[in-house]
Amino acid sequence: MSDKQQVCSFMVDRYLFGIASHRVQEVMRYKPMTHVPLSPPQVRGLINLRGQIVTAIDLRRCLDFGDHERGWDPMNVVVYSDDSLVSLLVDEVRDVLEVSSSQFEKPPGTLTGVAHKLILGAYKLDDGLLLMLDTDAVINLGQDKLIEPGGQLHNETG
Amino acid sequence: MDGMEEVVQEFLAESTEALDKMDNDLIALEAEPSNRGLIAGIFRTIHTIKGTCGFLGFAKLESVSHVGENLLGQLREGELDLDPDITTGLLAMVDAVRKMLSAVESTGQDGDQDYAELVETLTRLKEGSSKADPAGDAGGNAAPASAKTSDTATPALAENTVERQNAPSVAETSIRVDVDLLDKLMNLVGELLLARNQIQRYVSSHRDPVFVNATQRLNLITSELQLGVMKTRMQPISNIWNKFPRVVRDLSMKCGKQVRIEMNGKETELDKSLIEAMKDPLTHLLRNSVDHGIETPAERKEKGKPPEGCLSLHAYHESGQVIIEIADDGAGINIERVMKKAFEQDIITREQALQMSDREIAKLIFLPGFSTAQKVSNVSGRGVGMDVVKTNIEKINGQIDLDTDPEIGTRFRIQLPLTLAITPALIVRSGGEQFAIPQTALQELVSVDAKAAKTGIETIHGAPVFRLRGTLLPLVSLNQILQLNGDAAGSEETVNIVVLYAGRTQFGLVVDAVEDTQEIVVKPLSKIIKSAAEFAGATIMGDGAVSLILDVISLAQRARVISDKQGETLNGSRRASETTADTERRTYVVTRMPGGGRMAIPLDMVTRLEEFRTDSLEQAGDHLVVQYRGEVMPLINLADLLGERRGRPREESGVPEQAASDHLSAIVYNVEGHSVGLVVDSILDIVEDSFTVKGNITRRGVTGTIVIQGNVAEVLDADAVIGDIVSELGEQYLLSGTAG
Repeated sequence: MSDKQQVCSFMVDRYLFGIASHRVQEVMRYKPMTHVPLSPPQVRGLINLRGQIVTAIDLRRCLDFGDHERGWDPMNVVVYSDDSLVSLLVDEVRDVLEVSSSQFEKPPGTLTGVAHKLILGAYKLDDGLLLMLDTDAVINLGQDKLIEPGGQLHNETG
Repeated sequence: MDGMEEVVQEFLAESTEALDKMDNDLIALEAEPSNRGLIAGIFRTIHTIKGTCGFLGFAKLESVSHVGENLLGQLREGELDLDPDITTGLLAMVDAVRKMLSAVESTGQDGDQDYAELVETLTRLKEGSSKADPAGDAGGNAAPASAKTSDTATPALAENTVERQNAPSVAETSIRVDVDLLDKLMNLVGELLLARNQIQRYVSSHRDPVFVNATQRLNLITSELQLGVMKTRMQPISNIWNKFPRVVRDLSMKCGKQVRIEMNGKETELDKSLIEAMKDPLTHLLRNSVDHGIETPAERKEKGKPPEGCLSLHAYHESGQVIIEIADDGAGINIERVMKKAFEQDIITREQALQMSDREIAKLIFLPGFSTAQKVSNVSGRGVGMDVVKTNIEKINGQIDLDTDPEIGTRFRIQLPLTLAITPALIVRSGGEQFAIPQTALQELVSVDAKAAKTGIETIHGAPVFRLRGTLLPLVSLNQILQLNGDAAGSEETVNIVVLYAGRTQFGLVVDAVEDTQEIVVKPLSKIIKSAAEFAGATIMGDGAVSLILDVISLAQRARVISDKQGETLNGSRRASETTADTERRTYVVTRMPGGGRMAIPLDMVTRLEEFRTDSLEQAGDHLVVQYRGEVMPLINLADLLGERRGRPREESGVPEQAASDHLSAIVYNVEGHSVGLVVDSILDIVEDSFTVKGNITRRGVTGTIVIQGNVAEVLDADAVIGDIVSELGEQYLLSGTAG
C-alpha cells in the first residue's frame, strides 16, 4: 500500500533536500550566470542552457543560510516551472533515492519562518531526514517582495 | 472515414475564402448594380456551396444557400434589380452560411440554429418584383423554385466547367501549410541565427582559410534561409483589408453617414502573426473614423465637402518596415475637448498644456481611459479603445502616430517591423555587464569627450542635463539606475550618451561603452524576474552569454525622467504589452460558474463589467433585457449559453441563477455595434499575467484551461460565444438595424 516515489536529492548547507524526480529536467555543474540588476537577492542570474534562458535561484539564500565563502561554485538542479525552466543552486547534488509514503511525515510544528513555507515534509531515511522542497513555493518566493526573516531548521529525528 | 473528413476540411477552407470574396463582390455590386460578371461570380459561388453541402449532407446549409441561389438567379436573369434591402439580405445569408460552416468545423454538423426567418426574408425579396408564384412558405416555394433553378443551373454549370478548364489552377502552384509548422520553422531559424552568431564570433580570431570560407557560406545560407522562411509567413494585408468594405458599409449605414473606402497597397505583405495582431486595431481605427471622424452628409455639405466621406488605407514597405496609414477627410480630432478631458483626468496641468503642441495633445488619446466622444455610442467611445490599439501595436514592436487637422481630417500612421521575435538592438556595456537596447527606442548616439563634457553637461536642480542642439536632455546613468559597479558618469574619458525615446520624452542614457548593432532574438523572462520591470527580455549573444534587454520606458520612469503618473500610464500599456513570440500577457476576468467551477474570460473584447439591480431587469420577447446607456441591452446567461451547446434542450435563456441576490453581474460585449450583456454568477477577480492555456478542452465554448492563483479555470472561447450570442439574438438585430 505504500506509494513509492523517486526523489532527486541534494545538499544545501548541512541538510539533505529532495525534489520529486519528475519535476527535475537535469542536473549539472556550475554554469556562468548573468546577474539581473535589481532582482530579489535569491535570484542569482540567468543561465544559457542550450539556447534557453534559465533563471537561477540560490537555495542557500532562499533558506537564509547565508552565502558560502568565495570560490565555491554551486551546482544546478534544473526544474520545470510554469512558463519556463528554473535552476535551483545547491551545494552538492546527491543520488536519486527511492522512498515510500510510509516513511513520510509532515513538517513539525516547531518549524518556523521561511523554512516552514518551503518544506512539504520529510522522509525518514536510515541515516537522517530527506527534506522535501516545495518547488513552486521556492520559485514564487521572490514574488511576495516581503521575505520574512529566516526560521530555524530543526533536524528532528525519529 | 478519413477521406470524408478531408473533403469536409477542403470544403470549409475553400468556402470560407469564397465567402469573403462574396462579401466584397456584393459591396462592389452595390456600386455597380448592373455588373453581370459580378452577379454571375456570386451566383457560381453560392451554387457550388449549395451543391457540395447537399453532397455532404448539411441540410440546413443547403436550404439556406438554395434560397440565396434562387434570389441571385432572379438577379442574374434581370428579373430583379439590386437594392439595399436585397444586398443586406444576401450579406445576412453570407453570415449565416459562415456561422453554419464554423459549426461544421467544430461539431461536424451545420448547427442547430433555425434560419427560418432568413429563408423567409430571402424568399420575400425574391418575390419582390417577380410575376412568379405567390409567396407561400419556404417549403412551398422550394419546389417550383427548384424547377426554375435547375433550368438555369445547367447553363451555369456548363459555364463553370468551361471556366475551370481555362483558368490556370491556382491550387497547383500553391500548397496549404499548417501555421504551427511555420511557427516552428521560424523558431528554428531564430536559433540558427544565434548559432551562426556564435560561430561568427569565433571565426574572427581564426586564420584557417577553409574554416573561414565554410563560415562565410554558412552566413550566406543562413541569411537566405531566414529570408525564405520569413517569406513563407508573409501574407498580403488584403487578408484583413478584404473585410473592411463590408465593415465600413454596415457602420456608415448605422451612423447615418456616407463613407467610401479606398485601399492602396493591398498586396503589401506582412508576417502572418502581425496580420493577426493588426486586425483589431485597424478595425477600431476604422470604426472611430466613421463614427467620430467623418461628419454627417448634412454637416459636410455645410462645410463645402462632398457628402460622401472618404476613408483611405495605404500600406507600403519602407526601410525594413511596413507602414500602414489610415486617413479620413473628416473633422479631425477636437483638440479642445482632448485638452479638457486631460485636465479632468489630471493627466496634464495647464502649464504643461500650454507648452504642448496640438499634435502632442492629440496623442493623449492613446492614454488608457481616454474618450472624448460627446455621446458614448454603441460603436465606439467607451474609453477602452485607443490605448488598446496602441498597446496591441507596441506588443508587436510597432509604433503608431497621428496627424490631425480640423480642415483636412485625421491620419494615423502605423509602423511595424518585418519580423516579430528577431529585432535589431544596440549593444552597450556598463558596470561590467552587457545590455541590449531595442532600436525602436533609439534616437541617436552622442559621444562627448572629457573637455566638452565639463561644459556641455550641466546640472539643473542636481540633475545632470546635456544640451543637445538647443534642447536640454536629461541624463540618466545606467550604472546608477541599475546599481551596477561603475561610476555614475561613465568611467571613460569620453561620455557616451544613448539618446532614447520614452513615449514623448527624450532622455540620454549614459553608458560605459557603446558596442555594435545586432539582430537579436528576444527571449522572454521568467515571471520571477518580471517584477524587475526594467528589462523587456533577454537574449543570447554570439559568445553564448546572456544579455538583458532594457525596457526604456521603465528605465525612464525609474529615473524620474517621466513623472510617475505618466510613467504609470505609459508603463501600464507597456507592461501589458510586454511580450515576445512565445508568451503573451493577457488579462482575464475570473468568474464563478453556477456549478462552482471557474471561467476565465479574456478581457480583450470586453467593453465593460457591470452590475445591475435585479429589479431593473425587464423582459423583451424571450430575453431578459436591461436599459443600459441609452439602449436596451439583452442579457444572456453564460451558463445557459454553454449548456445549450452541449445539446441540452433550450432553457429560457437569461434567467440568472442568483435569484437570491439583488444584483446581477454582467460582462458587456460590443457585438456588431450593439451591447450585449453576458451574465455570470459572480466576478471573482481580474488577473493579468502570462498564462499557458492547456489544450484540454472540457467542453464547447472553452478553449482550454489555465491555472490562476492556484485554481483551475476554464478559458472562455470568446469568439465562439459571441458568435452564439449573435445567432441567439439573431437576425432581429442584424437585419432590423436598430436595438430594441
